[in-house]
This record gives sequence, structure tokens and C-alpha cells, in this order.
Amino acid sequence: MRAAVIVFPGSNCDRDLATAFAKAGCDVQMVWHKDTDLPEHVDIVGIPGGFSFGDYLRCGAIAANSPICQSLKRHVDRGGYALGICNGFQVLTETRLLPGALMRNAGLKFVCKTAPLRVETSDSVFTRGYNAGEVVGIPIAHHDGNYTADADVLAQLKDEDRIAFTYTDNPNGSAGNIAGILSANRRVLGMMPHPERAAEIGHGGTDGARLFAHLAEALAQA
Amino acid sequence: MKARVHVMLKNGVLDPQGEAVRHALGALGFDGVAGVRQGKVIELDLADGTSEETVKAMCEKLLANTVIERYDIELA
Repeated sequence: MRAAVIVFPGSNCDRDLATAFAKAGCDVQMVWHKDTDLPEHVDIVGIPGGFSFGDYLRCGAIAANSPICQSLKRHVDRGGYALGICNGFQVLTETRLLPGALMRNAGLKFVCKTAPLRVETSDSVFTRGYNAGEVVGIPIAHHDGNYTADADVLAQLKDEDRIAFTYTDNPNGSAGNIAGILSANRRVLGMMPHPERAAEIGHGGTDGARLFAHLAEALAQA
Repeated sequence: MKARVHVMLKNGVLDPQGEAVRHALGALGFDGVAGVRQGKVIELDLADGTSEETVKAMCEKLLANTVIERYDIELA
């Protein structure tokens, strides 16, 4: 399986994400935001956490308009896979590849801790290694993770089983306790928590490792 | 020419920062502040003759996230 990780100025989880992909057996290439094309035959694009472009204007807004994101859109339109974590989730909503938006945390504070998440669906390449209803511990570290969308979108996400993860103890005010959502074709996942920060024993938890291992296994067969 | 773009959260979208400002005003003894909404003002220095349509396109593509925000354009 071939993965590409996009690097924006201000990304700071790009190498962590690349390491998690590599540990799961992927060939990983880093891609600079000014590049106009993804490497050939990439199966999945990782959009990492961090503070792309200093979070100026809105989190992810400037990154979403960078040259590489045009290529990301083409990749997703072709049915390619993408995983956006934290700032990467914000970029995916700003590109409109995922619905809704991420606003300032309701408590206004930056929240940094391990959050218990409920896996809402195991029906995706990202969550197939978990049981629906299972609670896992994945670190969060964000100031703008308050997911919002209009009532129709929220109902649609629920009806189509596209809510991947919810918080068991909502840390940021997000609608429906949403921590991560899937695209309509279930091939794009955006989530605020950081599975790549719970991917090795040294991280203090390994609940995120399953996401990468089962993703790599599924895409190797695809 | 200049344009000024006001970006505000849409009505109905809870504004946590505005709420915090409202609480702070109350703590300072300013009574009767029923609500505070916080937004952005973006000033653009533009080539003469730039159309409002162009500024609108800037808002739609970048300056506002129309999922949660609305915008008003003032040309001067």
C-alpha cells in the first residue's frame, strides 16, 4: 500500500503520521503543499495535524486552497482514500470533501488529553479493526474541534452510518459528540483525535495502531 | 479602490467567543448585555474597477466559510 502525507507550513504531526503508516507496512512519501501532483499510484493521502499557515483566517482555510489540495480533490473524486487528522480534518471540511465545519471549542480552551471515543461503525477501512460500540482511548489536542453542521447534514450522517467516532465525554461542544466522520463513499475519514499518537507502546496507548494496521491490510487487498 | 468585508457567524450558529465576551462584560458590571456576536473585518486594497462579483467570489472561495459564516461587502 502506498501512502502520501501532505506537509503544509505549520504541519507538526506529519512525521508521526508517516511513521504510523510505515509501521503498518505502507510505503510513505511526503508531499509538499506547493506540489501540484500526488505521487503516482498512491492509495491513501494523509492530511496531518498541526497549524497549517498558522491557522490564519480559519483553521485549514488557506491549506485547503493550496495546489496539492486540487490534486487531493482529484484523488478523492477518483475514489481514492484519504485520512485527515485534527488540522487535516479541518482541511477536509474547508475543501468540502467532508461536510460541516470545526469551530472554536465551546469552552474556549485548548484541550490536550487522552479522550475515550466510542467507535460508532466498523463499516469502513479505517474502523474495521474495531467493534462498533467499543470504547478506545485516543489523544486529542485542539482548540477548534467543535464540529458543527446543520440539522439535515447531522441527520444524514447518522442515517448513512457515517459517524465514525464519538466522544463519550464531549470535550469541545461538538454536535452529536462527533469526533470523526466518513464521506458518502466511506473512503475519506476526518477525525479530531490523533490515532498516530496512540500507535506504539511508548506512546502510552496503542488503540490507534489498529486503525493503521487494518487500513493497510484492507488496502493491500484492494 | 477599497473593499471592506464583514464576516459573521450565521444566526443560529452558537458563537463561543461572543458568549465569553458577554460574560466578561457582565463581570465588569455592564448590565443588560443580552448578546455578543464576534466576527471579522477584512479590508482589501483592490485595483480600480474590481467588480463586486469578484469580491463576492473571494468571499465564497476563501474569506468566509459559508457553512457557518455569512458576509457583507462594502465597496468604497
